[in-house]
Formats: sequence, structure tokens, C-alpha cells
Amino acid sequence: MIRHNGIKRFYTILILFFLYAPILTLMVLSFNSSKSRSHWGGFTFDWYISLFENEHIMQAFWNTIIIAVISALIATIFGTLACIGMQVMKKRMRSVIMGITNIPMLNADIVTGISLMLLFIACRVNMGGATVLLAHITFNIPYVILSVMPKFRQINYATYEAAQDLGATPTYAFTHIIFPDILPGVISGFLMAFTMSLDDFIITHFTKGAGFDTLSTKIYSEVKKGVSPEIYALSTIMFTLVLALLVIVNARKFRPKKKGGAA
Amino acid sequence: MRKPWKSLSKKTRALAAPYFVWSVGFIIIPLIIIFFYGFADANGHFTLSNVASIFSHVNLKALIISMLLSFLSTFVCLLIAYPLAYILAEFGHGKSSLFAFIFILPMWMNSLLRTIAWQNLLEKTGLINTILSFFHLPTMMIINTPWAIVLGMVYDFLPFMILPIYNTLSRLEIDYANAARDLGANGWQTFWKITWPLSLPGVISGITMVFVPSLTTFVISDILGGGKILLIGNIIEQLFTQDNDWNAGAGLSIVLMIFIVISMIITDKYDKEDATKK
Repeated sequence: MIRHNGIKRFYTILILFFLYAPILTLMVLSFNSSKSRSHWGGFTFDWYISLFENEHIMQAFWNTIIIAVISALIATIFGTLACIGMQVMKKRMRSVIMGITNIPMLNADIVTGISLMLLFIACRVNMGGATVLLAHITFNIPYVILSVMPKFRQINYATYEAAQDLGATPTYAFTHIIFPDILPGVISGFLMAFTMSLDDFIITHFTKGAGFDTLSTKIYSEVKKGVSPEIYALSTIMFTLVLALLVIVNARKFRPKKKGGAA
Repeated sequence: MRKPWKSLSKKTRALAAPYFVWSVGFIIIPLIIIFFYGFADANGHFTLSNVASIFSHVNLKALIISMLLSFLSTFVCLLIAYPLAYILAEFGHGKSSLFAFIFILPMWMNSLLRTIAWQNLLEKTGLINTILSFFHLPTMMIINTPWAIVLGMVYDFLPFMILPIYNTLSRLEIDYANAARDLGANGWQTFWKITWPLSLPGVISGITMVFVPSLTTFVISDILGGGKILLIGNIIEQLFTQDNDWNAGAGLSIVLMIFIVISMIITDKYDKEDATKK
């Protein structure tokens, strides 16, 4: 199918343009000295400077990061432990737990958010950062479980038993034989959980209560009156950081290995 | 088959206990509470009126519009994503997934902001219209119409369709297609008889991953519909945050869950049917 190469390239570029054009406009707007969204008033760094002086936005930013890190960490620990525990369970019990795990994945975010809100209200908990954290852990654990579980299928149990025959304690054998094998799943589960938490709006919207904001809820509250260009500036910084990180990680992968294995 | 973990003590099961307790407390019980509110009136007596309120004029209209828009956006996503995933899989056979990653990367920009970006672009005096009028072309007025909402849905959820299709296509054995060609099938026959059926699991998980969030969103319709077009998500959100009518909101949430379950059953059935046909 080589003859269609031109069409394929054109199509790919067209979709890339569709995906990136809105992001690029946001980035351009972050340098626009006019507050208008369609009129170019000249190049400026002002929004980047005032961003760091804007307490509300910075607070929302740190809330977002802290919630994402902590919820992804706790979800990774709970999720990984659950996967290990499920290996020795009877099949029925295991499928019950996996069934429950699928509920937040398949259900609508709005229903998950509302159900958690009703739970917190029923328990008379004041909603704020803590309830958002609980909610994020809840919807993050399934992502960890679904990325760790498949790794167990590839494990060579004979090695694990051999290690014990040679005198290793079960814990030692586990951390040295099994854990390295599931580690890639654990890491990708963590990253997935972190991403989902970072980007969540709907569930946070229902569980945050008054006075607590993440970036998403902050942006939503500004939609009606117009989003401040400082938020464009912040997102530009965040997006560029992720992009740079990715390029660095991948560049390392492609570079021919140097002596000494400085991985 | 070898029984895994035979050598491991049964006590290991306890490791799953924290998550089990967590999932009962934060997944099962909250759902029970929704059902409790959904089937109760303000005084706590059993009633079906909350669930039945879906048949009121406003709610039914919102549900129908939501269904139409989410069907349309899922279809458009599939139409755009399948050829792209195919090209990417062909291109990336044996190579790194970096190229495919470029198509997932936009998800790292806050999803609300990406929707707002479209608001900027589509506005009456927005960028697209500014460019159009600069060239003396007719301007377009799709902001605050259902078309803008479909555009927003397609844009927001397209990566959810690309990723699973790309994953199944890139794992396909190229030998199958080659064998079909060797046996005399032409390009289209090879695609329809071999590649498409084998990629169906990815297509189906893509469809559910786009359909459910499209059906239930209230954000996209809020930002790109200008608050004029109410989807079922908007109605539920307003019942909770503005009207404080939790019973009606919970009732409509139950209806929403019923629709999600139905769509799961239908897609699951197609999945199985195709598996048995082969």
C-alpha cells in the first residue's frame, strides 16, 4: 500500500493540525498584551509575571499537583497490594473485586461525582481538599489495578519457588523476583492515575465544596466572565514541561548506549 | 496448567483487604445512596416519580439531544480515528510508540482549556471568523449550536478512540493480511474480511470510551452551547448545584446508568457475535 503514501501523510498532518491548533492558539494568547481573545495587541511576558503574583491561581495549581501526587501514590499502593492479594483468591472472589473495580471506569463521571458527594454529605463531612483527595484515590485505583493485573500473567513462578528453595524468605523472594517483573505495570499505573487526577474536572466539581479549587474548577468558574490570560500562561508552562520531559526521556532511549551504562 | 502462587501463603489475600474495604465504602455504598435518593420523595417515602421525571418534556428532549449528539460524535470519532490508527500502526510496526504518543499528548493540556480554546476559535469575532472575513469569505456561526458541541466532543475524546484501535491494530500479525493477499484477496477484501474483524475489540472499547463521556457531559455543552442547549448532564448538574433537588437528580442519574448498561450490553453482544462468526 505504498502508493497512497502522499494521502496518508496529508491525512496525518491534517489530524495533527486539528489536535494542536487550539492548543497553539492558547499558547499564543498567553503572550498577547491585549486581554481580548481575538485581537493581537503585541507581544508581552506580563501574564507570566503576574501569574506568579496571582495567589488564587498559584494556590489552585499547588492544590492540583498535591492532590495528583498523593492520590496517585496512595492509589498505586492500594491497587498493587490488591493485585498481589487477588492472585491467591478463589476465582469467584477475584471476579467480584474486578467487577467492582470496573464500575468507576465504565460509569459516567457525573454519576461517580454525585454519588461521592451524597456519601460525604450523608457522613456529615465538610467538603474540601480532603474529600477531593478521597474521591481522586477512588477513581485512580482502577487505573492502577488494570495496568498491574496483566503483568502477573507473565510472571515465571518457578524462579520464585527456586529462590525460596535456595533459602530466600518469601518476602525476600517476592521483592527480588516478582516485584521487578510487575514494576513496569506499577509505574504506568501511577502515571495514568497522576494524569487522570490532574485533568479531572467533573468529580472534583461535585466533591470540592466551597473555598477549595483545583485548576480545572478555577478555570470553570472563570468561563462565564472570561478566562484570565495568566491561566493560559500557566498551561503553556505545564504543557511545555511535559513535552520537554517526553523528549528527554525518548532521546535517552534512542541514543546509542554509552559506556558505563549511565541509564 | 500450573497453579500460580501455590507456594505463597493464603494469608497474602489480606493484602487485597484495604482496597476491598475502600471499594465497598467509596464505590458500592455511594451507589446505594444514589438509588436510595432516586427512589424516595422529599419525605423519604418510596416513589417512582424521580425516575419517571425523565418523561417530562424538558428532560426527554435533553436525553434525546444527548443521545443524538453522542451517537454523532462517536461516529465521527470512529471515522477519523480508524484510518489514522491504521496509518500509525503501519508506520510504527516494530518501531517505538513515540509517533503514536504525539496524538495522545494533547490530553496533557487541561481538557476545560482545550474546550475553551474552541470557544475562542469559533466565536462571532473569533480567530476563524477573523481569518475568513479577512479573505472576504462568509463567516460561520456554529458557536452555541449543536454542531459546536459535536465538534467539542470529537476534539476532546478523539484520543480515547485512537488509542485502543491503534493498540489492537499494532498487535495484529501482518502475516494474516499477507496470507489473504497471497490467496488472491484484493485490498478491500483483505481489509473487510481480515483486518476489520480482528480490530473490532479495539473499535468497541473506543466506542464505549467516547460514547459514555459524550452522553453524560455537561461541560462541553456549557462552554460551546452557550447554555442554550441542555444535555441530560446539564439537567442533572443543575438539579444538584442550583435547584437542590437531590431526589430528582438521583432519579435521572439512575436513568443515565440504565442507558450506560444498555450500551455496554449492546457493544458486548456485537463483540461476541463477531467472535463466533470467525
